[in-house]
Amino acid sequence: FLYKFRFFSNNRIKTSKYNILTFLPVNLFEQFQRVANAYFLFLLILQLIPEISSLSWFTTIVPLMVVFTITAVKDATDDCFRHKSDNQVNNRQAENIFNIIFFLQADLLLLSSSEPHGLCYIETAELDGETNLKVRQALPVTSELGPDIRRLAEFDGVVVCEPPNNKLDKFTGVLFWKDNRYSLNNEKVLLRGCVLRNTDWCFGMVIFAGPDTKLMQNSGRTKFKRTSIDRLMNTLIFGFLVCMGIILAIGNSIWEHQVGAHFRIYLFWNEVVNSSVFSGFLTFWSYIIILNSVVPISLYVSVEVIRLGHSYFINWDRKMYCPQKDTPAEVRTTTLNEELGQIEYIFSDKTGTITQNIMTFNKCSINGKTYGKSVFINKTVPVDFSFNPLADRKFQFYDHSLIESIKLGDAMVHEFFRLLSLCHTVMSEEKNAGELIYQVQSPDEGALVTAARNFGFIFKSRTPETITVEEMGKLVTYQLLAILDFNNIRKRMSVIVQTPDGQIKLYCKGADTILFERLHPSNEELMSLTSDHLEEFAGEGLRTLALAYKNLTEEHFKEWFKILQEANTSVDSRNDYLAAAYEEIEKDMMLLGATAIEDKLQEGVTETIASLSLANIKIWVLTGDKQETAMNIGYSCHMLTDTMNEIFIVASHTGMENQDSDREYFALQALALEGDLENEFVEVACMCKTVICCRVTPLQKAQVVELVKKHRKAVTLAIGDGANDISMIKSAHIGIGISGEEGMQAVLASDYSFAQFRYLKRLLLVHGRWSYFRMCKFLCYFFYKNFAFTLVHFWFGFFCGFSAQTVYDQWFITLFNIVYASLPVLAMGLFDQDVNEQNSMDYAKLYEPGQLNLLFNKRKFFICIAHGLYTSFALFFIPYGAFYNTAGEDGKHIADYQSFAVTVATSLVIVVSVQIALDTSYWTAINRFFILGSIAVYFAILFTMHSDGIFVIFPNHFPFVGNARNSLSQISVWLVILLTTVVSVMPVITFQFLKEDLNPTLTDQLQKARRKQKPLQNYMRRVYRTNSRRSAYAFSHQEGFGELITSGKNM
Amino acid sequence: MKNKNSQGAQECPSRCPDNSAFKQQKLPAWKPKLTAPSVLSSFFTIGVFCLLMGICIILSARSVKEIQINYSDICLSCSKLRENSSNWDKECNCSVHFTLQENMLGDVFMYYRLQNFYQNHRRYALSRSDAQLLGQDVNIENSNCAPFTTYPNGTPMAPCGAIANSMFNDSIQLSYHLNSYTAIQVPWLKSGNSWWSDKNVKFRNPTSYNLSSAFAGTTRPPYWQKPAYLLDEEDERNNGYINDDFIIWMRVSAFPTFRNLYRRLHHTNQFADGLPAGNYTFHITYNFPVTRLKGKKQVVLSTITWSGGSNLFLGIAYTVSGAVTVLAGFIITAIHLKLRKKKTYFQR
Repeated sequence: FLYKFRFFSNNRIKTSKYNILTFLPVNLFEQFQRVANAYFLFLLILQLIPEISSLSWFTTIVPLMVVFTITAVKDATDDCFRHKSDNQVNNRQAENIFNIIFFLQADLLLLSSSEPHGLCYIETAELDGETNLKVRQALPVTSELGPDIRRLAEFDGVVVCEPPNNKLDKFTGVLFWKDNRYSLNNEKVLLRGCVLRNTDWCFGMVIFAGPDTKLMQNSGRTKFKRTSIDRLMNTLIFGFLVCMGIILAIGNSIWEHQVGAHFRIYLFWNEVVNSSVFSGFLTFWSYIIILNSVVPISLYVSVEVIRLGHSYFINWDRKMYCPQKDTPAEVRTTTLNEELGQIEYIFSDKTGTITQNIMTFNKCSINGKTYGKSVFINKTVPVDFSFNPLADRKFQFYDHSLIESIKLGDAMVHEFFRLLSLCHTVMSEEKNAGELIYQVQSPDEGALVTAARNFGFIFKSRTPETITVEEMGKLVTYQLLAILDFNNIRKRMSVIVQTPDGQIKLYCKGADTILFERLHPSNEELMSLTSDHLEEFAGEGLRTLALAYKNLTEEHFKEWFKILQEANTSVDSRNDYLAAAYEEIEKDMMLLGATAIEDKLQEGVTETIASLSLANIKIWVLTGDKQETAMNIGYSCHMLTDTMNEIFIVASHTGMENQDSDREYFALQALALEGDLENEFVEVACMCKTVICCRVTPLQKAQVVELVKKHRKAVTLAIGDGANDISMIKSAHIGIGISGEEGMQAVLASDYSFAQFRYLKRLLLVHGRWSYFRMCKFLCYFFYKNFAFTLVHFWFGFFCGFSAQTVYDQWFITLFNIVYASLPVLAMGLFDQDVNEQNSMDYAKLYEPGQLNLLFNKRKFFICIAHGLYTSFALFFIPYGAFYNTAGEDGKHIADYQSFAVTVATSLVIVVSVQIALDTSYWTAINRFFILGSIAVYFAILFTMHSDGIFVIFPNHFPFVGNARNSLSQISVWLVILLTTVVSVMPVITFQFLKEDLNPTLTDQLQKARRKQKPLQNYMRRVYRTNSRRSAYAFSHQEGFGELITSGKNM
Repeated sequence: MKNKNSQGAQECPSRCPDNSAFKQQKLPAWKPKLTAPSVLSSFFTIGVFCLLMGICIILSARSVKEIQINYSDICLSCSKLRENSSNWDKECNCSVHFTLQENMLGDVFMYYRLQNFYQNHRRYALSRSDAQLLGQDVNIENSNCAPFTTYPNGTPMAPCGAIANSMFNDSIQLSYHLNSYTAIQVPWLKSGNSWWSDKNVKFRNPTSYNLSSAFAGTTRPPYWQKPAYLLDEEDERNNGYINDDFIIWMRVSAFPTFRNLYRRLHHTNQFADGLPAGNYTFHITYNFPVTRLKGKKQVVLSTITWSGGSNLFLGIAYTVSGAVTVLAGFIITAIHLKLRKKKTYFQR
C-alpha cells in the first residue's frame, strides 16, 4: 500500500533549508531578500555612478562583505542544527520506547492490532491535551488479517476519502476491498501525534503523510518573526534619511544657482549636469550615500551578534538546565531575545506544561476521618508497602494510620477500598507472576485502583461477568451484574456486584455535588463532615470524588434489571431510558467517604505563575481538556482564587471558554471565535484576571493568540509541549516548547525550548529583561553614535556648497562602525547588567519597563537623535570656530581639509568612547579592554594610513600622508578635542544625574541599595493558600467503556 | 563509530553547561554609579580647569600681532580687469600702503586669505592626481582630474585637475619705508613653509636629467601663466611639483574662507627681531581673479603663539564652558541638597 504515498507528500519532516550545493546561491538570494541588504546593494550601485558617488565603493563593499560572511556562517550553523534535529525526529519513527509507547508519524487507517476485535488504545494528549485513553477499532474484515505480514502485504484495498484538512474529530471515507465497500469514520483512524497505549502492535495503512496529516494541517503557517524594534527602526530611520537628503538637495540647488554659478570658472560642471535642479537631484543621492551611516550595515550585524550572544547565554545557563532530563535550555530562533523582555500575555498549554500528567492518590476521607498528610509539611517516612508483594513501588502515601485501620479490619475502610477495586473500567494484565499491569482509561482511575492495590485490595482480573479481587491476601470473585456507565451529565459511575455469599451491592463514585443529592437521609451528619473534608481537599487543588454504596435485595435488583433491559432494547432515545433506569437505582445510597487525587503540577509552577503575575504578565491557559479539569488546575496553581467571585463561563459553538474575573460580570450566551463577537471576546477576556479556555482545538488556540495580537498589540508568548500547541507556538510572537517530554514537534516549532515550565520565570525575568535592556541600551547608544558621526556631514554641507563632501577620510568612514566604535558597544550590548539576576527575579516590577516599551520607543529614539545632533554640532563647530582664519603654532596649515578631518575624527572617537564609558554600567575586563583597545587601534590605524610607505604604494587611496603626525602635534588640535569632549559629555552627565536623583527608577534604587549594602524591602508577595468550598470533579473519563467491558469485546 | 561515541561520552558526560563565570554571566565587574560627590567634584574640577585654560588662551591669543588688508577692494581697477578673462595676459600691479603701529617681534608670517573660495567643494577637492604629483607616469585620463586632464590635441596637463588649475598666482612683495625717501625690500623665505611630509613624501618631481625635460610632453594647466617647471627658477628644490606655493595651494582648505601661508620673514639686518613699526607698502602683481565669484583677497601679516594665531574663539569657548560647568555644579548642588531635605521630611 505504498502507492498512496506518491500522491501526497513524503513523510519526512524537513525544517532545514540548505544542503551543501544549494547553500551559496540560496543563502545569497535570501540575504538579498532582506530589505536591509537589498538597500545596501542599492547604495553600492549608486556609488558606482561617478556623478553621484560621494564615497568610494569600498566604504560600502567592505562592511557588506563582512556582514554577508558573518550572516552566512550563522545561517550555515543554524541549518546544521536543523539537519541534526530533523534526522533525530525522522529516525524516531520506528523507535519503540519502553515497549508500549509508539509515536505515530502519519495518519493511518487501522487494519489490525494485537488486541482482540482489532481494538487499539491511544492517547491523544499531543493532539488535544486530553489525557484519557481512547479506543479505536479496526474493521472486522481487516482485523482478521492479524499479524500476518504476507497477507498484509497483499492487502490491496483502495481508500477514497476527504482531502487533507484540519478537523481532528472527523473523518469520512470509504474503503473498497474485494468488491465490497466499507464506510470509514474517525473511529478507524489513528492520527499522527497519537501515542499507542496498552497495545503491542498494530498495522495500518497510511492515508495522510507528512504535511498532509491532520496534525500538521493544524499547525498553521510558519511566519517570519520580527521584533517591534526592527520595525520601528526601519520606518524612523529611512524617513529621517530622506528628510535630510531633501534638505541638503534643496540647499545644493540654491547654492549652485546663487554661488556655484560664479565659482564655475574654477570648477566646471560635469557634462551630464546642466541645471542646478538636476545637480540638486544628484546631490540627494550623493547625500543618501553619505548619510546612510546613520543605519550602517554594521548595525544589523551587531544586532544579530548581540542576539546570538544572548541566545548563547540562555543555552549556557545552568539554572535552566534540567538534570533529570539532561536537557539544557535551547534557543532555536536567535532573533527574538529582546521580545522576551516585553511579554504581556502568556498562553500556556495545560497538560504536560503546567501539569505533569501524573495523578496520585493523595488523601482520602473515610467515614468522617481524613487520612493522608501533605507532603510539603512534614517529612514523614512514606508507608511501607513491602507486606504486599503486588504493590506498585512508585506509589507513596504518608499516613500510617490508614494502614493501621486496614490491619485492624475497620469495615468502612475495607468497604472503601473494595469500592475502589471494583468500581472502575480498568483492565488488568498479569504478564509474569507478581507483575500486574493495569490498562487505565483515565489516569485518575488508575491512581485510585493503584491505591487500592497497595492497601491490599488488589484488582486482579475481570471477565464480562466477573471481577476477581485479592482482598487482604485472599482471592474473592465478584459477579458483575451491571456497569452503570459514566457520562458527562451523570458525572458518576456505578457497578452492581454480587459477593460470593450472595449479597448484591451497588458501588458508586462520582462528583460530590451529584452524589450528595442521592444519599440516604441518615447520612446527613457524615455528609457534612465529608463535605468539610472535601472543602479542605479542594482548597489544596486536589481532584475529589465522593464514594457511596448501597445494599440491594435480590428482588429489588431483579425488578430493576428488567427496567434496564427494556431500556437497553428500546430503539429510539435509548440513552434517555438508560439514564432514567440508572437514576432509579442510584438513590438512597450510603456515603463511604471521598478520595483526593493530586493532578501533579510541574515543579515550581505556582511560584512561577505568581512571579509572572507580579510582573504584570497575563497568563491564559488554553487547553483542549474539559472545563472541570482545567478549572481545577486553575485553582491548584493559584491562578484562580476565592477572591475572584465572579467566575463566568462562556459557552460557544466552537468550544468553551471559561473566564474568571473579579471585576465585572458578563453574560454572553454564545461567543464564537470567528465572526463579529471577537471584539467582545477580547474586551471581556482582557478585563479578567485569569482566563482559562477549555475545549479548544489546536487551531482555536492559534486564533485566540491571533486575536490578542491583533486587538491588544501586545507581545505574546505561547508555551506548550505537545503537537497540539504547534499552531499557537507558531502564531505567538514567541513560542516556547517544553522539551524532554514525549513529543518533539512542539520543540521543533518553537523559538525556545527547555525542560520545565518554571524556567519560564528565569527566561523572562532575567534573560528577557536583560536582553531587552541591553538591546535598548545598545540601540540608543548606536544611534547616538551614528548620528553624531553622520550629522557632521550635514553641518559641513552648509560650508562646502552642499556638494556631498565628506568631513572624514573615506577610510575612517569605512572603519568607524566596524572597527573603531563597534566592539565597546558590542561588549555593552552583550554583558551589561543594570541589576543582578537575583534582583531581577525578586523584583518583578523591574519587568514593567519592557512591557511599556519605555527603554526604546519613538521618544527615546528622538532623544538619541537629539543627543547625536548636539554632539555632531559640537564636533563640527568647535573646530570650525577654533580653526577659522587662523594658523597652527608653527604658522603653517591647520585649517586645511585633511587636518580638519583628522581633528573631527579623533574628537569623535574620543567622545563616543567617553560616552560608552559613561553608559556602561557593568565593567567587565572585556569592556575595559574593548574601550581602551578601540582608542589604541584608532591611533594605530590612523598613523599607519597616514604613513609614508602606504602612500607611496597606493598614492590615490591614501592621500592623508603625514597628516596625523602634523595635526596631532599641534597643541590647539588637542585643545579642540578636549573642549569637544567636555562640551559633549557634561550635559549628558547633568541630565543623567538629575534624572536619577530627582526621579529614581526602581533600578536606580536597587543600584543605590547595592552600594549601601542595604536590601530593599522585598516586593514579592507571599502566595496564600485558599480554602473554600468548591466542587471539583475528577473524572477525565470517556463514555462507553462500561459497554465495552460488558460486551466482552476487549477481553 | 563506536570508538567515537565512547570518546564523546567520556569528554562530555552530560549536556550540562559549563560553570564558568563567563557563561553564567557572572564575570567580576566594576559597577560605577553616578553619585553626588563624584559628579559634583568632577563638575567643579573640570569647570575650574576650563575656566583657567580659557583665560590663558585668550591672553596668549591677544598677544598676537596681526594686520589684515583686503587688497581686492583696494586694487579695484585690477579686480575689474581680471573679471574679464580675455585680459588674462595683461599685467596689473597694485600697491597698498599701511602703517605698523607696533613692532611685530618674533616669527612673522605673511598669508594670503581668500573669502568665498570653495576649495572644499567635493568635485573640486577630488580633482587631482596624487600619483601624478608623486612624479609617477600615470594616465591622468583615468583620474579624477576631469575636465582638466588633456587639451583637445591630446597633450596632458601637468599638473592636472581643478585645484592645480586654479592655483593662487598673485605675487606679493613688501617694502619697508625707512624714511619718506628710502624703502627697502623686506626679505622673505619662500621655502620651508609647507609640511615636511608634503615636501618630501607627498610631492615629487618626475625624474629626468633636468626638470624641463621631466615635464616634456605635458603642458601647463589652462589658467597658468607658466609651466610647472618654471614656478621657481631660482631654487631647484622649490620648483615643479615641490614648489612650496604649489604644495600649500594643493592642500585644500576645510572652509570657503581660509588663509594660506605665503612667506616667512627672513630675520636679517633690520628684521632680525621681526618687523619694526613704521610705514610699509605691499607691491602686488594682481593675477588671481576673485571678484567674479564674489570673493575677496586679503594679505595678512601675523605673529604666532603656542596656541596658534589670533583667533579668540577657543579661549572664549573654554571660558564659557568652564563658567557654565561651574554654574551647573552649583545648581546641581542646590537641587541635590533641597531634594535630600525633602526626602528626610517624607521619611519622618
